[in-house]
Amino acid sequence: MKLLNPGHLIDGFEVQACLHAGGMAHIYQVVYAPSEDGTHRAAEFPMAMKIPRMTAGDGAENIVSFEVELQILSVLKGPHVPRFVAAGDLSRLPYLVMEYVEAQTLQHWLDRRQTLAVSEMAALGAAMARAAHSLHQQNVCHLDLKPANVLIRADGSAVLLDFGLSCHAQFPDLLAEELRKAVGSPVWISPEQVVGVRGDPRSDVFAIGVMLYELATGELPFGEPATAAGLRQRLWMDPPPLRKHRPDLPEWLQEVVLRCLAPVAADRYPSAAHLAFDLTHPSQVKVTERGRQTEGTGFWTHFKRWVRASGMAYRPSPVPVQQIEQVPIIMVAVPHHDVSDATLYSLREAVARSLGIRPGARLACVTVISPNLTSSTEADKGETQVHRWHLSRLQQWAQPLDLGGHQTSFHVLESGDVAQALLRYAEGNHVNMVILGAATHGVQMQRVVATVPIKVAMEASCTVILVKQSLPFERLAEVAA
Amino acid sequence: MKLALISDIHANLQALQACLTHARQQGVDQWAFLGDLVGYGADPTAVLDEVMDLAAQGAWVLRGNHDEMALHPPGASNAEATLGSQGAQWTHGQLTAGHRAFLTDLPLTLSQDGLLLVHASADRPDTWRYVDGESAAGRCLDQALAQQQGPHVLVGHVHHQALYYRGTGRHLMKFDPTPGLPMPTPVHRPMVASVGSCGQPRDGSPRAMYAIYDRRAQKMVFHRVPYNHLDAAAAIRRAGLPEFFAQRLELGR
Repeated sequence: MKLLNPGHLIDGFEVQACLHAGGMAHIYQVVYAPSEDGTHRAAEFPMAMKIPRMTAGDGAENIVSFEVELQILSVLKGPHVPRFVAAGDLSRLPYLVMEYVEAQTLQHWLDRRQTLAVSEMAALGAAMARAAHSLHQQNVCHLDLKPANVLIRADGSAVLLDFGLSCHAQFPDLLAEELRKAVGSPVWISPEQVVGVRGDPRSDVFAIGVMLYELATGELPFGEPATAAGLRQRLWMDPPPLRKHRPDLPEWLQEVVLRCLAPVAADRYPSAAHLAFDLTHPSQVKVTERGRQTEGTGFWTHFKRWVRASGMAYRPSPVPVQQIEQVPIIMVAVPHHDVSDATLYSLREAVARSLGIRPGARLACVTVISPNLTSSTEADKGETQVHRWHLSRLQQWAQPLDLGGHQTSFHVLESGDVAQALLRYAEGNHVNMVILGAATHGVQMQRVVATVPIKVAMEASCTVILVKQSLPFERLAEVAA
Repeated sequence: MKLALISDIHANLQALQACLTHARQQGVDQWAFLGDLVGYGADPTAVLDEVMDLAAQGAWVLRGNHDEMALHPPGASNAEATLGSQGAQWTHGQLTAGHRAFLTDLPLTLSQDGLLLVHASADRPDTWRYVDGESAAGRCLDQALAQQQGPHVLVGHVHHQALYYRGTGRHLMKFDPTPGLPMPTPVHRPMVASVGSCGQPRDGSPRAMYAIYDRRAQKMVFHRVPYNHLDAAAAIRRAGLPEFFAQRLELGR
């Protein structure tokens, strides 16, 4: 379709300035068309109209990916996608009207990456990971994450654009086909997409890894491959460590980014929420050889992987929601006063049970302390000491747990409102399950006001397990007698 | 138009009523019964009365192989009599002249505004071929398109729910729908939908199957509806029909 002039009317919308004339589509700012009495209906938010550029010579892929975007954007919800407004009939007049989000694309940060602090890179990565996780929770994989498709709002949150190559696990996938072609953008495409797998949330984790790699080093981890063989390279190759380009980068950041870029999806973060967790808790990242190395993976390792990868072919992946529910983030609230050993024991048993059935789960052990515990004592020194004391208490509590394979972290939160602090933490970290004692955190008040466990259970958006304490230890003797 | 597609009721009154109630709650304004109204189940006359009632009000009704068998049951003395044909004998005995006349007049296919409805396959409907895979669905679609019908073909007969669609490739691909979740089915994109069985599900869940095709929204949703399948099984036993028919409803197999 040729460029439209401002004032052009389409199905109740009035076209204004052209915002973007890309190879695939024109994007215009639009408002509601004036009604018969000349008044303009005010829109709730600025709107943009996307019209695919289709001429007789265009391949089917252009229109199919527009159809995919229309199907998926119209059902997506939440703050990490532009709000859907309307769509035109595909066979008559294809267009898509959506919220126009005032924000910068990630490219803006890539252009000024020299001035970025590590904490800013981590914040950008966490914002992208949270946005991707919100799609995965709706059974959608984006599969074409790249700087041009990521907007960062002034408040730091991310909005994802362009769902033309996305995959909704509960819709027929129009882009799947017998030939299992690679569908994606060569720089950011994941290894499994190269062999035709569509629908693995960890493919989006990979793409976020590529963007973080470029943010941190200015280099592309796998270059810009132009051939099929070049694309297949990422099936076996580790990119050079980030610290080879920039030795001043912290080991934890390299650990995180290289984990995103692992050739085999199972070696990456199991969900985008796990990635966001590490990016927001750098001190809790467990640094391995991967984070420390400054030289690339050796020839023989690559050679062995290359041999294995030559046989790598398409394999269907499970539905995103099922896949990310296999790897929950479990949070346990460990009280630090008014608590019996029996309660602490029961909490630990409950955590062990939950971890036992979910080998990929990650555990966050949290305790909430009152702010005056630290502020009343002498300033900074006192604060770190109090924190340290509580951290080591948490670690001792977790000691008997078999945490092999489970990423575990320990957090001391400061708040006067325990329930609120737990809820906010669970929300902010995409926690899937909260485990806390049923009669801890204010047992004496139970009859008067809603206690902490009741408040958490009622207001949390995830599953909450309230643990009853097993028989108090002192009574075990009586039973035995 | 919001079209309810109900197939393979198999004389299961409890399942039919549950689906009708469910569909009415969804705002359905057109009914289509894709054949096999009778056979296996214990309530052929009550089911036919219900369907004939709706047909009088404009519902579309097609003939299936079991309807044909009930009209012309294989001889009882036949040594090769199968369980199905034993049931057909019994059903035949239940039907009144009015029921038989209704079944006799039913068409095998119905084509309307881009939709083709058929009990088995559009590929020679009178031979009752099963649309049970991508290639069978492909042959079904090819036949429909060759006769300028479709591009949406809606079928029953196989007792499983599935959607066969065409993406960027040439061949149809199978998709397992999530019950209750509307899927886009744009009018320009060819597909064959197997709506499943209302009265004798065979995928391991006893819940009744049917589907709703929403032409305006260009969406289709496959439904699973719980119903009193134990009552339906008990009725089969009371009627003295083969025990296997009753067990099937209890297990959904």
